[in-house]
Amino acid sequence: MAKFKLFSEESNRSPLSRLWKKFKANHPALVGLWIFIALTLLALFAPLISPYSINQQHADALLLPPSWHDAGDVRFILGTDDLGRDILSRLMNGATFTFGLSIIAALITTVLGVIIGSLAGMSKGIRSSFFNHLLDITLSIPSLLLAIIIIAILGPGLLNTVWAIILALLPQYVHSIRNLVVEELSKDYISAFRLDGASKWKILVRGVFPNIYEHIVVIFTMALSTAILDIAALGFLKLGAQPPTTEWGAILAENLGLIYLAPWTVGLPGVLLFIAVLSTNLVGDGLRQVLKDRKAD
Amino acid sequence: MQPILKVQSLHKTYHVRVGLLKRKNIPVLTDISFCLGKGETIAVIGETGAGKSTLAKLLAGAEQAETGQILLNGTTIEDDGVRQDHCRHIRMIFQDPTRSLNPGLTIGEILDDCLSYNTELTHKQRDKKIAHVLIRVGLLEEHYHYYPHMFSGGQLQRVALARALILDPKVLVLDEALSSLDPSVRAQTVNLLLALQKETGLSYVLITHHLSLVKHMSDSLLVLNKGKVVEYGKTAQVFAQPKSKVMKRLLNV
Ligand SMILES: Nc1ncnc2c1ncn2[C@@H]1O[C@H](COP(=O)(O)OP(=O)(O)OP(=O)(O)O)[C@@H](O)[C@H]1O
Ligand SMILES: [Mg+2]
Repeated sequence: MAKFKLFSEESNRSPLSRLWKKFKANHPALVGLWIFIALTLLALFAPLISPYSINQQHADALLLPPSWHDAGDVRFILGTDDLGRDILSRLMNGATFTFGLSIIAALITTVLGVIIGSLAGMSKGIRSSFFNHLLDITLSIPSLLLAIIIIAILGPGLLNTVWAIILALLPQYVHSIRNLVVEELSKDYISAFRLDGASKWKILVRGVFPNIYEHIVVIFTMALSTAILDIAALGFLKLGAQPPTTEWGAILAENLGLIYLAPWTVGLPGVLLFIAVLSTNLVGDGLRQVLKDRKAD
Repeated sequence: MQPILKVQSLHKTYHVRVGLLKRKNIPVLTDISFCLGKGETIAVIGETGAGKSTLAKLLAGAEQAETGQILLNGTTIEDDGVRQDHCRHIRMIFQDPTRSLNPGLTIGEILDDCLSYNTELTHKQRDKKIAHVLIRVGLLEEHYHYYPHMFSGGQLQRVALARALILDPKVLVLDEALSSLDPSVRAQTVNLLLALQKETGLSYVLITHHLSLVKHMSDSLLVLNKGKVVEYGKTAQVFAQPKSKVMKRLLNV
């Protein structure tokens, strides 16, 4: 049989690759994605690639400014703090805590949120309305406040922070997933799929998820930027990571007294936090834009 | 000859919540009965809100009737709202094919799902059957790997037809399935349907508001008004001597 293409190669693509093509055209989002990947790699391999260990003190080099400064030293590219610790190494390792733990927290939230959200979306009647009202109550509390309340119960500490953030992010997440699932379930192709003999599980896995996973990724990026800010904020408030840990918020708080003497010790972790949140939001925003465009046509 | 599809006094009521606790019952279909022979077509017409789509959903099993029976080939497949049709002999084609096909799956995956949920065929047999049915509705084997967004409206309706036919149904319910197509594509699809009917002895329940289509395709005609059957008989006869007000109004006499 003669093979011929009825459609040009461009349109002969899966929804996923069409998504990627549109996303690529959005340059800020693409830059955000690269920074995001770089930060993820840094979070994974920081202990291996950082020049010094985080607690190594150099008595001969206290409070050195960054190396491009006249008084700087090329051994310590971003300078040192008041104990002579290399700031670059500490910030690199901080990525593991602030960024890495945020990703883990957001991932766990995603898994839990998707499970609970789809269960809630599939259920009907009293159970679902009870659930909705419970969610509405928890949703009306801001996530940072909720995290602080949970910390107050669990006690301060880095691991508790992660739990607190997961619990604080969950209501928002479940709510969004539930709405997505409910909206999807009302579509014609789901009732057609049901008539094909699909079980509830199949409807969820093959009918609903292939059409909402991009939205889940968008929600994930929003949860991630909230998680980064919350972890850093709790660290800064001395409720989260405790000082020897190189969490960015904790570094900020630790060096706050040096702000006039050595502004780089405070400025640099702040800049990193900003970049981390910005890149996450750029990716999320780019994705949301693509999804919106697709809904339009 | 025994009718392939027999519907006996079907009733359907929707319960709509009004306020917090009160419920309102809206009777949508009352006492619907008709018969359909093998290879025949029955047309269902009526004004908007008459309950035509509801009837289609009941037949296809998307919703359950309160009381009444649906018999297929003499065996009861639905009795007072309890459905026992595991073979899916009655299939429905939705009005809008762009909305009844999952945009996240390829045509092949959609058809394959149908087969794997309802038959014990092996992977190879399923692929063969999908290729066969795609060609039968006038598509190409290559369309297996296409996503719904890559088809035109008329082609999509063929995909929907393929999806209905792949389980070898006895009865096909077409709920305004041809209305969204432009006239030339509609004519093509009608010819395809008629050819399939001749070939396989398929029966159609045709829900439409195109009277010319009714005349062209159907053997018998059921006129619904506010959920009740107001006229039922051979198409030619009903057109020649309409008795009910509704039918007269539709015919403008
Ligand atoms: N899920 C539902 N809940 C409550 N009432 C419903 C529901 N579905 C349909 N109805 C009501 O049932 C009646 C019949 O609806 P149906 O869709 O069967 O009409 P129809 O004959 O198909 O109309 P049209 O020609 O516009 O498609 C309408 O009055 C409608 O309001
Ligand atoms: Mg209708």
